Amino acid sequence: MSASTVAIVGAGLAGFQVASSLREHGYQGRVILIGEESHRPYHRPPLSKGYLLGSPDESGLAMRPDEYFVDKKIEFLPSTRAVSIDRAHRKLALDNGAVVEFEHLVLAVGARNRPLHVPGYDLNGVFLLRHLDEARALRLRLEKARRAVVIGAGFIGLEFAATALKFGVDVTVLEVADRPMSRALTPIMAEVFTREHSRAGVRFLFNTQVKRLLADEGRVASVETVEGVSTDAELVLIGIGVIPNVELAATCNLEVRNGILVDALLATSDPHISAVGDCACYPSRYAADKMVRLESVQNATDQARCVATRILGKAMPYAAVPWFWSDQGALKLQIAGLTAGHDQTIVRGDPAGTSCSVFCFRQGRLLGVESVNRPGDHISARKLLGNNVNLTPAQAADETLDLKRLAAGAAAA
Amino acid sequence: MAKITFVKPDGTQTAIDAKIGATLMQAGIDGGINGIVAECGGCCQCATCHVYVAAEWQSRLPPIGESEDAMLDNTVSDRLPESRLSCEIKVTAELDGLIVRLPARQV
Repeated sequence: MSASTVAIVGAGLAGFQVASSLREHGYQGRVILIGEESHRPYHRPPLSKGYLLGSPDESGLAMRPDEYFVDKKIEFLPSTRAVSIDRAHRKLALDNGAVVEFEHLVLAVGARNRPLHVPGYDLNGVFLLRHLDEARALRLRLEKARRAVVIGAGFIGLEFAATALKFGVDVTVLEVADRPMSRALTPIMAEVFTREHSRAGVRFLFNTQVKRLLADEGRVASVETVEGVSTDAELVLIGIGVIPNVELAATCNLEVRNGILVDALLATSDPHISAVGDCACYPSRYAADKMVRLESVQNATDQARCVATRILGKAMPYAAVPWFWSDQGALKLQIAGLTAGHDQTIVRGDPAGTSCSVFCFRQGRLLGVESVNRPGDHISARKLLGNNVNLTPAQAADETLDLKRLAAGAAAA
Repeated sequence: MAKITFVKPDGTQTAIDAKIGATLMQAGIDGGINGIVAECGGCCQCATCHVYVAAEWQSRLPPIGESEDAMLDNTVSDRLPESRLSCEIKVTAELDGLIVRLPARQV
């Protein structure tokens, strides 16, 4: 019966959470969860750190044990790709020839790694990292490598770099910008990470571009930049960002921009089709540019819940405060809010050390806070932003001000 | 294995055999305890694996770290002196017989 089926394309965190929330709130119809990978839904964040070090192991990555899907009557289809959507008849065609009729379709199709189109990008020993199978192969190589080159000083690259050091591997990071995580972090915070990673043993080359990867007996042996600098490596990890998977949506004429375009309810222009997680471009009151696409655990889970609740009849605009984290060795980065577009920064703590926060303002209004090893500031920031309480730049600059108390008061009010 | 009992707010008890070395969160998930949500997967970021551990067991647990302390200020159900995040507690033989209460809500 099409009238009582929710089909979910994508079995990452967002897709899983839609299925889970539907059942949690008593949805009685069919729930079909379609995943391209052979694995049941698993947590991706440990793949670039804990999993490589052996904890959690693969069973520890699973979001839920196998019995959960049986108990909750979630029909999980592994190793299956959705190929087309017939919007007029609300039918989803799968690559195994099956057709799923749906009342609601949720696109949780995620993003894929941006490829690096230089000679040698596909040599043995060159890795991308998003899926468990990639992490498995990377872990095996990491145990044998002496030197690694990381292309891209983003979150994945730096999490991996810090992990690789623990294996005793020499790590060089090549970055096209003049600092790490340049699109996400203020220069002040980026400097903390450059300094501390360097101190731990990571070698950085900024303002550089990769020209080609060279092989020795079929395996990667070195990376050469356009400036002619060559770095030897038995292992290369490419982490230069992702591309949202918009193709399925685009081929059935849903609007796509930087992601699948959705409204404040996370519905596409077709009210029977929603998009959540990494693939969704949505209007956020926290974003200076209004429309935003976020790649985070928080965004995946909260958007999934919002859509599940709407399917069950309680439509609410999506309004969760964005938050994010990245563990890079001893450096625990946390970001609350969206800092893009800020015109003023205030630092609390000592940016010459390993514990500080950067408060980002636009026209005196708090946009977001970046913290390293200051979890209290981060939680306070989430609360202040979520309760729409403005912290002034002067208050942020006053180190004697008890942020936690202010935030707790805001939450209670 | 260590026997651990989870108690729902309505008093319903579920005992599980937890693997030594796993986190209390992972043991709960593996044991089908639906009151543990764990949306960040055990990274001490979301406070949705919140549990209450009775005072007499507290001394056998690792102390609350800075991240856990901050995150416990962000639980949906009230933070009590017994509050812990189950992702920050490793199951040891010493915890055999542990009883933990689940909060009314995690999200």
